[in-house]
Amino acid sequence: MTDQVFDWMAAANKKAKGKRPEYFDDPEDERMLSILMAVVGEVSVLRERMDTVERLLDAKGTISRDDIESYTPDKEAAYERGAMIREYIYRVMRGPHQMVEELQQAEPPVEEVSKELKEI
Amino acid sequence: MSKTVPSDQKLDVAPPYNAVARHGVSPQPSHDEIARFDFLANFNKFLSGALGPGNQLAYDKRVLPAFLKENGREPQDRFEIRHAMNDDPFHSFWSALKRNSMEMRQQNGRAMVLRQIDELNAKARQYNEGRDTLELNPEVAVPRYQSAVDIHCMPGSYHGEELSGDVSAGANYDCGIFATTAGGLGALSDGGGQALVDWIKKERPGWQPRRMLDIGTTVGHNIVPLALAFPDTEFIAIDTAAPILRYAHARAQSLGATNIKFIQSNAEDLSRWDDGTFDWVQTTMFLHETSGKALPKIIAEGYRVLADNGLMFHLEQPEYSDAMPLFEQFLRDWDAFNNNEPFWSSMHALDMKDEMVKAGFDRDELFETGVRAVVDREIFPEAPTGEDEDHGRAAFWHAYGAWKNADQMQEAAE
Repeated sequence: MTDQVFDWMAAANKKAKGKRPEYFDDPEDERMLSILMAVVGEVSVLRERMDTVERLLDAKGTISRDDIESYTPDKEAAYERGAMIREYIYRVMRGPHQMVEELQQAEPPVEEVSKELKEI
Repeated sequence: MSKTVPSDQKLDVAPPYNAVARHGVSPQPSHDEIARFDFLANFNKFLSGALGPGNQLAYDKRVLPAFLKENGREPQDRFEIRHAMNDDPFHSFWSALKRNSMEMRQQNGRAMVLRQIDELNAKARQYNEGRDTLELNPEVAVPRYQSAVDIHCMPGSYHGEELSGDVSAGANYDCGIFATTAGGLGALSDGGGQALVDWIKKERPGWQPRRMLDIGTTVGHNIVPLALAFPDTEFIAIDTAAPILRYAHARAQSLGATNIKFIQSNAEDLSRWDDGTFDWVQTTMFLHETSGKALPKIIAEGYRVLADNGLMFHLEQPEYSDAMPLFEQFLRDWDAFNNNEPFWSSMHALDMKDEMVKAGFDRDELFETGVRAVVDREIFPEAPTGEDEDHGRAAFWHAYGAWKNADQMQEAAE
């Protein structure tokens, strides 16, 4: 239907109108986080695809690409895959997650503890 | 030692994108496109549930004490809290992750939709061509409040066209609601519309409105359940954006809701309809996407075209009343400044009751109620509440409503 080739990959990347907020002091950090998060997402996609392949192989022994594309998890498999993604997110988000704990419980620097231990 | 074994634990995980229902113009996702939304849905749960509480901690432990020390007083409003919080490393990082999640949702949704744009446009044409239930009007201008920035960081917003006459804006908006709400709106993202059906059937059993007007309908997901529940009612759904209406019409037709007429129209001027034309006039999660001047005009026009004993109903987030803590106001404001919702903050600071009285209602006609998305709990999660609430995204809304001159009608009948 289109006269010219429509580059949907480029079009999918279009920027939303409106100045993007800045979250970090260095603008390069914004770009690096966006790349990193895209990779974090794609690793999850790969893991889910692997899970599909494993489940299909368990069930059928031999599979085709069509089998992968059309795979639909049943309720139990859906829950297990959700838990798998959750576990993955908790693992890669360990740093920010620990920031919450740090906020809950302020702790003295180990250097201070070290000095204290010499005295007790 | 806890006796709980891991297999007995029920973790809060998002449903898979496989579980969404397909309709006649649904994009067909590939395996990996499904997996992208599965990741985002669970990531959004993590951001609101596991990381979200860090914002309050950062405020209580760091930001507020520093503010008090520097200014010798408490913050006066949500804006002062925002400026102070934006300098906090935890809040900045959380915001950066959340913004990236939104941008990824747009990229992932658009990539899925634009890859198959020709097929989607062809499917939509089958439902749209030659039907008098879709009326587009190129004279309707995109209002400034829709064009100033791309709302929700959606490239092209509701009115953008990648190819002439396409439906991609609608298809992208429709599919991505799943990722943003982690499935909180159910299989067709219509849990809000289904909640309205339940609400009205309880509120006024047996009521049969003649005509209903849905303003700012987008993809019509909130109106289709009502149209199916009231098959003899004539539904008019309006929006200013043609691409989203093309998609909404095809979507509704494919779901069997043939009693909705989708019309490209701006609700600030409803002059094509006479006074008292409708028994029900509503907006759902729309008024915050208008402007300070447009909102009163829309409500006034809605009042004019509403018949006596008719219902006006606006579904929104709760307003920022004095009773709401400033910190909660600040959190609810996140989307205003980080998700391109430029009128969000001002709108929620309005007193909707005052706005409705200015439009013509008596104050004693007004009511407020809460509406929670109705979804299949077997598959889709309960709307998060309390600590885990993702302010502004949870499938729980506040409704401002009124029955026009209902007392007079009652007295006249007696």
